[in-house]
Amino acid sequence: MPLIPNIPRPKSHHFKDHLDEARIFGGRLLAAGLCCLLLVGVIIYRYYDLQVVHYDDFLTKAEQNRIQIQPVPPTRGLIYDRSGVLIAENRPSFMLTLVKERIADLEATLSFLQTLIPISDLEIEEYRKALRQPRRPYEPIPLRFRLTEAEIAAIAVNEYRLDGVAVEAQFVRNYPYGELFAHSLGYVSRISMNDLASFDEEKIRRYAGSVSIGKVGLEKSYEDVLLGEVGARHVETNAHGRVLRVLDSEPPISGKDLHLYLELELQKVATAALGANRGSVVAIEVATGGVVAMVSTPSYDPNLFVTGISFQEFNALNTSPEMPLYNRSVQGLYPPGSTLKPMLGLGGLETGVITTATRVTDPGFFTLPNDSRQYRDWKRGGHGGSVDLHQAIVESCDTFFYSLAAHMGINLMNPVGAAFGLGEKSGLDIPNERSGNWPSQAWKKMKKKLPWFPGDSLNTSIGQGFVQATPVQLAVMVATLANRGKRMKPLLVEAIGDQPVASKILNQYVAKPQNWDVVFGAMTDVVHSARGTAKGINAGLHYLIAAKTGTAQVVGIKQNEKYDRNKVSALNRDHALFVAFAPADHPQLALVVIVENGEHGSSMAAPVARQVFDTWFALQAKKSASPPTLAPSANTSKEVTP
Amino acid sequence: MRGPAPDFVRRMPDGPENAKRGAHWLAVMRLDPWLLLGLICLSGFGLTVLYSASGHNTNLVERQLIFFGLAYTVMVGVAQIRPAFLERWAFWLYGMGVVLLVLTLLVGVGAKGAQRWLSLGFTRFQPSEILKIAVPLTVAAFFSVRHLPPRFLQVLVCMLLILLPAALIAKQPDLGTAILVAVSGLIGLFLAGLRWRYIVVTLLLVSAAAWPMWNYVMHDYQKQRILTLLDPEADKWGAGWNITQSKTAIGSGGIEGKGWMKGTQSQLDFLPESHTDFIIAVLAEEFGLKGVLALLACYGFLIVRGAIIAWQARTTFNRILAGSIALTFFIYVFVNMGMVAGLLPVVGVPLPMVSLGGTSLLTLMVGFGFLMAIASDRVAGAP
Repeated sequence: MPLIPNIPRPKSHHFKDHLDEARIFGGRLLAAGLCCLLLVGVIIYRYYDLQVVHYDDFLTKAEQNRIQIQPVPPTRGLIYDRSGVLIAENRPSFMLTLVKERIADLEATLSFLQTLIPISDLEIEEYRKALRQPRRPYEPIPLRFRLTEAEIAAIAVNEYRLDGVAVEAQFVRNYPYGELFAHSLGYVSRISMNDLASFDEEKIRRYAGSVSIGKVGLEKSYEDVLLGEVGARHVETNAHGRVLRVLDSEPPISGKDLHLYLELELQKVATAALGANRGSVVAIEVATGGVVAMVSTPSYDPNLFVTGISFQEFNALNTSPEMPLYNRSVQGLYPPGSTLKPMLGLGGLETGVITTATRVTDPGFFTLPNDSRQYRDWKRGGHGGSVDLHQAIVESCDTFFYSLAAHMGINLMNPVGAAFGLGEKSGLDIPNERSGNWPSQAWKKMKKKLPWFPGDSLNTSIGQGFVQATPVQLAVMVATLANRGKRMKPLLVEAIGDQPVASKILNQYVAKPQNWDVVFGAMTDVVHSARGTAKGINAGLHYLIAAKTGTAQVVGIKQNEKYDRNKVSALNRDHALFVAFAPADHPQLALVVIVENGEHGSSMAAPVARQVFDTWFALQAKKSASPPTLAPSANTSKEVTP
Repeated sequence: MRGPAPDFVRRMPDGPENAKRGAHWLAVMRLDPWLLLGLICLSGFGLTVLYSASGHNTNLVERQLIFFGLAYTVMVGVAQIRPAFLERWAFWLYGMGVVLLVLTLLVGVGAKGAQRWLSLGFTRFQPSEILKIAVPLTVAAFFSVRHLPPRFLQVLVCMLLILLPAALIAKQPDLGTAILVAVSGLIGLFLAGLRWRYIVVTLLLVSAAAWPMWNYVMHDYQKQRILTLLDPEADKWGAGWNITQSKTAIGSGGIEGKGWMKGTQSQLDFLPESHTDFIIAVLAEEFGLKGVLALLACYGFLIVRGAIIAWQARTTFNRILAGSIALTFFIYVFVNMGMVAGLLPVVGVPLPMVSLGGTSLLTLMVGFGFLMAIASDRVAGAP
């Protein structure tokens, strides 16, 4: 081809002005060249702007791309019972996490994952909720917890199709005894949108990488110490979120362990003793104020809440008429009924309103001067011609206490109850405690806009009317009695890590020793005498129990009406109460038992208390070689003389 | 080859024997030493960057090396063709290209909703690549036999010649190639001496038409597509992601660069299309502004050499063709570098001689073959 002669053809060149054309072309080439120079200038300027002027910005951006600071969540503190049994632990569990920034098509990834492993709509819903919450970019958000081996394998096989999806091992809270400690431990659950909204900067930092937070009970009130301190890992990742290497790391600090006063054995026995009844048992170690048993039935399985409870399950718990989520021990308000009598009797002696010799005639009712209204005794026909304080406590004579209240008046009665902790929160270290009510003149004037009537004092004396108390308050009251007036702050936690929690005396009710002896003697005879209201539980006792039964009216009974259990619906039947401490001569343990709608403290509540005491002393015997108590001595165990 | 040439050769004053008298083997091969030097520098630079960009994939680099060998061979072959022969066959090549384009639209194969390839059974190729060559050839041939500057009717015919294949390519759709094909033709038209008044009037008309088009003719989705094209960063997870990452790669390279195979953006897969269209970002990240300037210097050297060849060319056809090739090459570089740096819409134009890909490399080298053929076609007496 190159040898073809290149002779200009006539048609093309005959009339063309070559010089002129070359000149035009030269001009155009020059113009184009200038344009090119201009454009090259633009390009160079652009690269200069990116690489020199904004170098720092882009370098930072590139480093942010490359280096991720991954928070390493701390291990949550463990919780032990008093005997060292682990009652809240962390179990390794595999969860599926997604980094949204690494996923090109979230919907496609989610539906593909659903073809691999079962994922419920609730979990997807929860995940979307978590996505809408404020979060740091590239933070993995859990989609599913508790993956099985097979599910992990299904994910692993398809890993190459799942950019931004990872299986992470993490500790998940587990409560091995489930329902037994639900109302004291509470539970942890996923950090919710509300939690996050309340977080300040510091909390957002501390919870980076953590997926759960204490919501209820001790898990909530000791959240700070249980949580620990978050660690960090600087890792290099590629664009698909795969960690290539760890650059450096700062290990997390585990949360502190909690050692509780609660005894697993006591919880078991108390729960079993309450059986299917709704009720509560609170037992306090007299010397320390330590709560060794705290039961509220029915209960629920806290493990359900840990990784997210389904709406149906939650709804079933929440709307159940048995109210399993409701912690009766600190939230249930009950009229204390006759359980107040020993305390008020002591107050009567101490204020000098009565003496041990004071006797009251009991026709089965009491009337105030200038008032025809009859304040009835629970026993029709009364307790006999003349009742003294001892008999009034042993047999729970209402008329005696009506008379005492009529003479004492609320202004003398109120300080006694207040010294025993009624009407104020006990200060127990779990949230949502209620304060109940211990009425006074001032209180009635403020709340009811009414003056205090003498009849109000009478109702107060038998623990009815305006009086309301939680089981914990009653336990504190009886523990204060057992402790001869020294009121201890009730404590669930004995030690945080290896730091013991100091017991705290809240106040001291001062009374003469002989007055304490009178009240203790009467309370002992409630169990150990033939006429005692709780004599049913004294069979085979090798220690002394001092106690008082109580029956709390749920509905008011009209003047000329009689309480007929058949006419009253099951939910309106009287509550059965029982307060006690033992051994009566050297008190170790004080407790309260409440059986809702159980009707009689003596028959329903007292047997529960007996079982708890027996278990306690058996435990003490096991812990120390020597038995803690002696057999009842002759002079304290005597028949009551009416 | 010293000594007198045979008689029948001596009669031809511009024959290759004149060049051969320099006795240099490059001249014998009809190769321009400056262009060759520039191309070899660029190829070496390109392969170095490609090795890093591909994640140290030797297979891929070997494949590209084979393409280079093939492309250089083709260039040497093309350099032997006399420009006059090209002038004669330009329209045939053009016609064949257009027919193939129509065939592509009818029976082409492709992916992602675009039909860009014709299958030949054993292999497949992109007819649009032929037009990258055929259009400047045709424009040059069209004007070589006409009085210059072109008259209005000639301009219209030439525009038709340019826009027909461009429209067919745009229909595939392959907007980037369509624009490049059209631009290569328009450059030829401009170099032929298109009167300034036509240029000014056309620009005025286009801008005057743009407003009513935008407001009354175009649908919302069409407007949206244009807006996305003009401002890709608005599309956070699609094209915007690519541009953000490429700008980050370029910017974080600084003046010195992070070092060969040490670019985090490219090595950790943050940079998309890192061994094809976006390879300049790898270079900028690893070799810094210095590397970018060095690359620009290589390109500049080639383009200036091309312009000199055009300047010194003997015929109108040679001039226009050489000028078109040199300037189109510049446009490729400009569009790619501008696009990756976020200056221009992302239209899928590879970086010449550096991006991975055999077809576009082949087309480029055919162009350089033409330049070399034209360079060898000069004579001392020519204007």
